[in-house]
Amino acid sequence: MIEITDVRKSYGNKHAVKGISFEVKEGEILGFLGPNGAGKSTTLNIITGYLSADSGSVKIDGTDILQNPIKAKKDIGFLPEIPPLYLEMTVLEYLNFVYDLKGCKLPRKQHLKEICEVVKIWDVANRLTKNLSKGYRQRVGIAQALIGNPKVLIFDEPTIGLDPRQIIEIRNLIRMLGKEHTIILSTHILPEVQAVCDRIVVINKGEIVANEKTEDLINAVDGSRKLVAKIVGPQEEVLKAIRSLGGVKTADVLGKRDTDSISYLIESQDRVDIRKPLFALLSGRNWPLVGLEGMELSLEDIFMRLVGKEKEKEERKARKGVR
Amino acid sequence: MFAIYTRELKSYFYTPIGYIFCGMFLVVSGLIFSTTTLYAKTTGNIGDYFIYLMAMFAILLPLLTMKLFAEDRRTRTDQILLTSPVSVFGIVMGKYLAAITVFGATFVVNSFNFVLLFKYGSPNLASIMVNILGVFLLGAAFIAIGVLLSSLTENQLIAAISAMGVNAAMLLISLLAGNIESTFWRTILKWFSVIDRFIPFTNQTLDVSAIVYYFSLAAVAIFLTTRVIEKRRWA
Repeated sequence: MIEITDVRKSYGNKHAVKGISFEVKEGEILGFLGPNGAGKSTTLNIITGYLSADSGSVKIDGTDILQNPIKAKKDIGFLPEIPPLYLEMTVLEYLNFVYDLKGCKLPRKQHLKEICEVVKIWDVANRLTKNLSKGYRQRVGIAQALIGNPKVLIFDEPTIGLDPRQIIEIRNLIRMLGKEHTIILSTHILPEVQAVCDRIVVINKGEIVANEKTEDLINAVDGSRKLVAKIVGPQEEVLKAIRSLGGVKTADVLGKRDTDSISYLIESQDRVDIRKPLFALLSGRNWPLVGLEGMELSLEDIFMRLVGKEKEKEERKARKGVR
Repeated sequence: MFAIYTRELKSYFYTPIGYIFCGMFLVVSGLIFSTTTLYAKTTGNIGDYFIYLMAMFAILLPLLTMKLFAEDRRTRTDQILLTSPVSVFGIVMGKYLAAITVFGATFVVNSFNFVLLFKYGSPNLASIMVNILGVFLLGAAFIAIGVLLSSLTENQLIAAISAMGVNAAMLLISLLAGNIESTFWRTILKWFSVIDRFIPFTNQTLDVSAIVYYFSLAAVAIFLTTRVIEKRRWA
C-alpha cells in the first residue's frame, strides 16, 4: 500500500534522512519509532507530499506522490505533529472546509457526524477550535485526517501532550481504525507501539536500524527477561538461593522499600521462564513472595541495543577493511 | 480551490481585519473624494482623486494580503493545504481571489460616491469608468505583490510592511524618473512606474498596453508565489 524506496533528504549540510526504504502492507499498522530528531517527521512529511525528497520515491497504492500528487494525496489522511487547525473556525466549520478541500463525495452531514462520533467530538462541534483543550484539538486533527475515508492514515505523534486517559482512548481509536485502514504511527513511546502496532520500523539519525514484527523485535532485542521480586527473608541467604537456581543469570538487591520485604532484580537466561521454579524455591524455604513483576523494556533499552549492534557491525567492517 | 477561496473570504470576517479594511477604505476614500471633488466644486481634477486613491491602496491593500500565506506557515495550517489533493496554483489563486473579492466589493460600494456628482453636475461617465477600471487593475497588481511577499515570511508584520514599501516605491518611481537626465534610465524607470502607465486612463483612453502591463504584473507575482511555495518543499 505504501512503498518507500531509498528516500534521502538534507537540509543544507545536515542529512536528515539518509536512504530509507520500507513497505507497509494493506491493513497493517506500522509503528515508526525513533528518538527526537531521528528524522521521523521529515520522513512522514515526505510520504505525505508536504516536503520533497532529494532522491528516492514514495508510492501510495502504486501512485507516485510527486508524479501524480493529486491522486496520491486523495488516499492519504495526515495528522501532522501540530494539528493544522484554523483557530478562528468552529469544529464543524473546519471539518466542512476540509471536506470541500479534499473534494469528498460522501454524503456530507452523515459522514461528518459519523467521524465526530468516532473521535468523540460531537459535543464540541459548534465550539471554536481556539477554545478547545489539547486533547480535543488532537481529536479534531484526527477527525480531519479521516474525512473522505482515505486508505492510508499517517499519524505523527498523536498522543504527545495528552493525559493518560486520553492516551488510552486515542490508542484504542487507532487500533479500531487499523481494522479498515493502513496506518503509519510515529512515536517515541514504546508501550504505544507494543499496544497498537503489527510491525515496527526503528530509525536513528536518518537511517533504519530495525524493521521487524513487534514481537520479534522485542524478543530479538531482549531474549532474557528481567523480574523484580519482593521477598521477605534474610537477604544474603535469599540472594544465594536465587543465584543457585537454574536459569538465573544475575540477581541483585534493588532496594528495601517496605518495612520487611526486600526487592531483588533477577535476570534470567534467554527464553527461560524462572517464575515457577522461583516460587517453588521460596515457598519451600518459607520466604513469602509478596510481589513479582516483569521489568518493562523501555525504548531506550531497545534502542541502545540496536544502536549498539549497529556500532559493532561498523567496527567489524572497519577492522576487516584495515586487514 | 473554491474551498480555499470561501474559507479565506469568511476568515476576513471571522477576524476584525476585514471590517477594519472596509471601514478604513471607505472613510479615507470618502475624505479624498470630498476634498478633491466636492469641496473643489469641480470634476476637472478627478485624476487627482485617483492618484490619491492609489497611494491609499499602497498602504491599505497589504492589510488584506499579509496573513494569506504568512499566517498559514506560522500556525502550520499550510500542512493541511499542501497535503490535500489541490495544486499549489489552486491554493494561490484561491487566496488571491478572496483578497480581490473583498477589495472589489469595497471598491464597488465606494464608487457610489460618484453618484453624488451626477446630482450636482454632468461629469464624464466614460472618463470615470476608465479611471475606475485602471485603479482596480492597479489594486489587483498590488494584491498580487502582497501575496508574493506574504509567501516569503511567516511574520504578518514583515509581509505587510515590505508590501507597503514595494507599492510605495512603485508609485514614487515616477517622481524619481522625472528628475533623471539620462534618457536611457528615465525610459526604464518610467516603464516600471505604475503611475506613468496610468496616465492614459486619466485621459479617458482605454490603453491596452497599460491593461496588459497591470495584468502581467499580477501574473508574474502570482507565478513567483507558486514557485516560492513549491521551492520550499525542496529546501
